[in-house]
Amino acid sequence: MSLLEIRNLSVSFGGPPVVDGLDLSLEAGEVLAVVGESGSGKSVSMLALMGLIDPPGRVSADALRFAGQDLLALTPRARRRIVGKDIAMVFQDPSSALNPSYTVGFQIEEVLRQHLGLRGKAARRRATELLERVEIPAAARRLDAYPHQLSGGMAQRVAIAMAIAGEPRLLIADEPTTALDVTIQAQIMALLLDLQREQDMALLLISHDLAVVAESARRVCVMYAGQAVELGTLPALFEAPAHPYSEALLAAIPQPGQTRLHSLPGMVPGRFDRPAGCLLAPRCPYAQPRCAERPALAPSRLGMVRCFFPLNQEAP
Amino acid sequence: MMNASSPSPLGEFWQTFRRNKGALGGLAFMLLVLVCALCAPWLAPHDPSQQFRDALLSPPAWLDGGQWRFPLGTDELGRDLLSRLIHGARLSLLIGLASVLLALLPGVLLGLIAGFSPRHLGPPIMRAMDVMLALPALLLAVAIVAILGPGLANTVIAIAIVSLPAYVRLTRAAVLGELERDYVTAARLAGARLPRLMFVSVLPNCLAPLIIQASLSFSAAILDAAALGFLGLGVQPPTPEWGSMLASARDYIERAWWVVTLPGLTILLSVLAINLIGDGLRDALDPKLKNGL
Amino acid sequence: MSIVLRARELTRHYPVSRGLLHRPALVRALNGVSFDLAAGRTLAVVGESGCGKSTLARALTLIEKPDAGSLEIAGRDALVHGRELRRDVQMVFQNPYASLNPRQKILDQLAEPLRNFTGFSRAERRERVLAMLERVGLRPEHAWRYPHMFSGGQRQRIAIARAMMPSPRVLVADEPTSALDVSIQAQVLNLFQDLQAEYATAYVFISHNLAVVRHLAHEVLVMYLGRAVESGPTERLYARPLHPYTRALLAATPSLHPAPQRQRIPLVGELPDPLNPPAGCAFHTRCPYATERCRAERPELRELDGRQVACHHAELLG
Repeated sequence: MSLLEIRNLSVSFGGPPVVDGLDLSLEAGEVLAVVGESGSGKSVSMLALMGLIDPPGRVSADALRFAGQDLLALTPRARRRIVGKDIAMVFQDPSSALNPSYTVGFQIEEVLRQHLGLRGKAARRRATELLERVEIPAAARRLDAYPHQLSGGMAQRVAIAMAIAGEPRLLIADEPTTALDVTIQAQIMALLLDLQREQDMALLLISHDLAVVAESARRVCVMYAGQAVELGTLPALFEAPAHPYSEALLAAIPQPGQTRLHSLPGMVPGRFDRPAGCLLAPRCPYAQPRCAERPALAPSRLGMVRCFFPLNQEAP
Repeated sequence: MMNASSPSPLGEFWQTFRRNKGALGGLAFMLLVLVCALCAPWLAPHDPSQQFRDALLSPPAWLDGGQWRFPLGTDELGRDLLSRLIHGARLSLLIGLASVLLALLPGVLLGLIAGFSPRHLGPPIMRAMDVMLALPALLLAVAIVAILGPGLANTVIAIAIVSLPAYVRLTRAAVLGELERDYVTAARLAGARLPRLMFVSVLPNCLAPLIIQASLSFSAAILDAAALGFLGLGVQPPTPEWGSMLASARDYIERAWWVVTLPGLTILLSVLAINLIGDGLRDALDPKLKNGL
Repeated sequence: MSIVLRARELTRHYPVSRGLLHRPALVRALNGVSFDLAAGRTLAVVGESGCGKSTLARALTLIEKPDAGSLEIAGRDALVHGRELRRDVQMVFQNPYASLNPRQKILDQLAEPLRNFTGFSRAERRERVLAMLERVGLRPEHAWRYPHMFSGGQRQRIAIARAMMPSPRVLVADEPTSALDVSIQAQVLNLFQDLQAEYATAYVFISHNLAVVRHLAHEVLVMYLGRAVESGPTERLYARPLHPYTRALLAATPSLHPAPQRQRIPLVGELPDPLNPPAGCAFHTRCPYATERCRAERPELRELDGRQVACHHAELLG
């Protein structure tokens, strides 16, 4: 049984859906990446999973199952007990994920009190351990620091410490290194993968940086304009992408020895001007008349692809 | 993705403003007051200073003893209240408008200078404003009128001086915020000299809070003028002005409530209407406040 | 090849107030940076945030005067003739949402440099704006719109068009694609290359994305805590970095097709406090090769293997 199972998840804020029929499953201890550009719906779908979409936003799904429990059937109270403890999240901007008015220690202890019922000295001791676990030097002293006294990398480490405080079985990391410098990015990614391995935690990495994904995930889901367009394993998918959009994303990244970058013309369609057929068709160099219909996600040579004319289908 | 029918900033502003029912109501009321003020000689049934000795303190028409000749009754000297209120609108709007303009223009200029010169000219300007803010506003206004002498023009000047610090501080804060932004640096790289940078690049982006402040201080000016009038320091009788009408009628509050209540109600409604407009303006102009807070 | 930009020992120190009881501290944001840049060439400046990249950009664009050092633009002293040379150095900013004036039409924003630097008539200015808009891939009718009607990528094209309007000799681009999506980034990078081929503008390209830098730059200058630690031709640096910091940056950069057995040693620690920089080599606190000498003596830039490097142990690394 999968740890997480999402079937036909849709999210809309009035008008056309922002996320349109997303299917995703995740095994315990697995690292899955969801990649896509802004407006692809990758972050919104994870917020929907966490139950963080407020009205007028509407979430619907055939199934939203975590460790055998149906999240949709739970009362908000019961769902809150899972979200934050068994499913935790790390965000892009560490400085705004921490409350500037409270010390780091207070905020970690707050999480420990809520999810594990730890108080006083025990909470303090556990908070120190957590900061040590995320490799913050002089952890005991840092508990009394305020978020503004921390660098971006340190603040992200604190945010990770708070996320793993409840020993989650699934950690969702939404662009966890986008705001950080490259050397710090490498440190944070190494830390996340380290924690994932050590605690046998599943890691769902949301990113627009394909290189970061290539170095950390085993499976990847490519999203475009609210739909999953390709699902597959790494490194196979990046070596032989089946969907033209995956190919275009990869070609847009500068590679040594390349003189000119390939890029799709135009931009990701907004919510209100999506084409009736295949969402990529107006920008796709391989578009055919049939692409005026909307393709379904179908098995391909190495995974699943939403395209009538998938690329790289003959075995090498 | 961007179609040609994307609204202009003005159109977008009106779309947002229109959604605020309170602000629309306030706008309608103030337009009515404005029409009254502009057409006072034709709308008012009587001359505002004409004294009908046969109808002293006549109650409004719908009460016992009221007469339709004076729809809202008469005051202690037999003058028609409705006519005085209509003519009073002229003066109150004039005071509001004049004092706002008189405070806005120098206030914005001083604020711009203080914002663009944070080391040299800024501190003395801001300290002077702090001194003015340290004194209670009405007390300061009374002191100024006491020095300059009572009268319409001096009332306006006093109110303008009192509301100056708010504009200076607001402009300076907005300017300092905008100066951080890259488009100002870009304008400097494009060779814009200081005056052009101030008035063409930065000022239009600081207007939203200033327009809101202007609308709110418009109503404050009417109130201050009424207060000065009430103290006998404002516009001198027999000129009809809402505040002095209120003041001169206070002796009759028990015998003839309408002489006090009606000017008071007019002031209340106008101030409320303008504040509602101000709120609507803030919602429509300030994107930071637009979503929540 | 003609040198259009010559920087020598550019230095900029900021005083930072530390309250009433302490003497203000000095942040040495820029500490003696030198380079030459020829027309039609691209110099990339790389380093982590706080390394002085942005201060360098402000000094090169004459927005802030350096405290010491000299700057020549097209052979003239920029610190003396700043006003006349202003049109020769233009800039593209990181955030396209902040770099365009929200209350000015695109036409007016693009015409601004022509209005201030040239004697063109209104009609001539408009004609040139429309031509430039087309050149960067926008339509003429876009000139009459306001910035909020454009996407991030389109805004960055507009910002590039504005910077190119006065035909500058040098274009300083401060992280111009880091706020954009990958596919839009590729479009904008292609535009940069096309414009350089057409106008022979020299670029100073500030970036932390080493893949982008390798793609675009002819030369690279690596900065750490306000100083250049290594500079030289791009391919030479990428093939064989001699400074441990350059090496660490390259190692930390993720790759699309990682070698399965690649050993990644992430750099330990973070940037030291710029108010209180380490003695000796500023990098010694994070350097795996640091010795006693590195803690005591600051390495000067020296010529080695066709580039400049500031490390006592550069030979060992090579």
